[in-house]
Amino acid sequence: MSLEDYLAQNSATWLKDDGPESDIVISSRVRIARNLRGRVFPMLATDQDKQEILEAAARAAKHGALSRLGPFEMFAMRDLSEVDQQVLVEKHLISPGLIESSGGAVLLRPDEEVSIMVNEEDHLRIQCLLPGYQLETTYRLADQLDDGLEEMVDYAFDEEKGYLTACPTNVGTGMRASIMMHLPVLVMTGHINRILSAVTHVGLAVRGIYGEGSDALGNLFQISNQITLGQTEQEIIGNLHGVARQLINHERTARQHLLQANRVLLEDRVCRSFGILAYARQIDSKEALSRLSDVRLGIDLGVIRGVSAGILKELMVATQPGSLQKSAGHTMTAEERDVRRAALIRDRLRADPSSSLS
Amino acid sequence: MMCEQCGNRPATVHFTEIVQGEKNEYHLCETCAKEKGYAAYQFMAGAFSVNQLLSGLMNLDPAVKQRAASSQTRCESCGLTFSQFSQIGRFGCEHCYEAFAPGLDPMLKKIQSSSQHVGKIPKRQGGAIAHRRELIRLRQELQAHIKEERFEEAARLRDQIRALEMRVSE
Repeated sequence: MSLEDYLAQNSATWLKDDGPESDIVISSRVRIARNLRGRVFPMLATDQDKQEILEAAARAAKHGALSRLGPFEMFAMRDLSEVDQQVLVEKHLISPGLIESSGGAVLLRPDEEVSIMVNEEDHLRIQCLLPGYQLETTYRLADQLDDGLEEMVDYAFDEEKGYLTACPTNVGTGMRASIMMHLPVLVMTGHINRILSAVTHVGLAVRGIYGEGSDALGNLFQISNQITLGQTEQEIIGNLHGVARQLINHERTARQHLLQANRVLLEDRVCRSFGILAYARQIDSKEALSRLSDVRLGIDLGVIRGVSAGILKELMVATQPGSLQKSAGHTMTAEERDVRRAALIRDRLRADPSSSLS
Repeated sequence: MMCEQCGNRPATVHFTEIVQGEKNEYHLCETCAKEKGYAAYQFMAGAFSVNQLLSGLMNLDPAVKQRAASSQTRCESCGLTFSQFSQIGRFGCEHCYEAFAPGLDPMLKKIQSSSQHVGKIPKRQGGAIAHRRELIRLRQELQAHIKEERFEEAARLRDQIRALEMRVSE
């Protein structure tokens, strides 16, 4: 499969399917950071060092136990255009950091459930991404990939400190598990701040959809473990599970409550957003995401019928700058992108023939 | 629900405050909440860069600072100095963990829940470590059984420990 096929398809499993609890949980992700023994970390590595790491990873993916979890194909960042790199970031298959690192590459599986970044901050970063609430399954998959890699390479590991990583915030398990959640009503009612500040007190972190430093656009929140040392992988997953369950329940209760207490207000907001998306001639990505969040809520509550619930996930990626330019086949200014974004959303809403309001 | 302060606008900011065990619930509109200074709550979930945070932590902690200043510690393996590390927040290689241990451990305690790894052990390389860890666990269990005078279970565990010790020494 060529990279063109990867980028053209909108078929990453996490984007396509609706997993368990998908009315609230967008995706489950587990990332594991690993380094090879006896080699400087990527920050200090020479081109030659990085090349050797790439070769070791490629060998492991092709011949080792990892190959049974594949097939994998390796794409080096230097061989990709800027737009292609951007699309991989927008599909959450690589981090923005991988693009900046010289000598970076990614091993991809065609279903895009698994990506292994090579020469990012650490030598290897295994990432598994599944739709809906499947933290346990996602972890098991990442764990198997880790075991598969370890059959072919020696990891930098210390009995006391665990897996040794480039940043001390990852040392120990090297694992970052996260769930992306859509919590529009907790935001609307203002309850979110109290809940999220509580979440940060139990060793978990809350971030906007593109990680550190970004806003929680479209009422999307990423909850992840902050601690990687002193807890087992099972404890980390367990903590996250406990908090996620509570957030799911709170959001569901709040939705029902709002529907009963203020149905007109809610319907008005949802329908206005639908109207804007169905008729707008230009729209920026921030507004698009917040309107799409409203429409998705409307679908979940049965206010909007005939539009598939996948619209939020699908369009939140497809309307990002890189994906828009990729599908257009040329680079575009911000204004041109706003026009194309609006057209894409209008088309998508029309493509659901029975799209209508109740 | 209307704002309990002005009574004119709908209450959109809801929060509970617990001061010295006394719980108060507030339901305010955004304007009144801002006036009361509660809007600060909006920014509590804000994220900052990990690097900034790390270097901030290290510069705040006099113990870490002192150690770093008194010794221009350098990792013999990759050449990174502790002061470089405290600026970048990244290690150069696995040996930095040992080289910087005196300055590192107080910081790890701050950012992590402990300084002892209890999670996964690499399967192929970590066999001996896994056995050692299992031995520690079994011995603790043995002590508990003896304390509770459950001698039958204790004897069973003792045999298990001996067998494992034999395997480790082989």
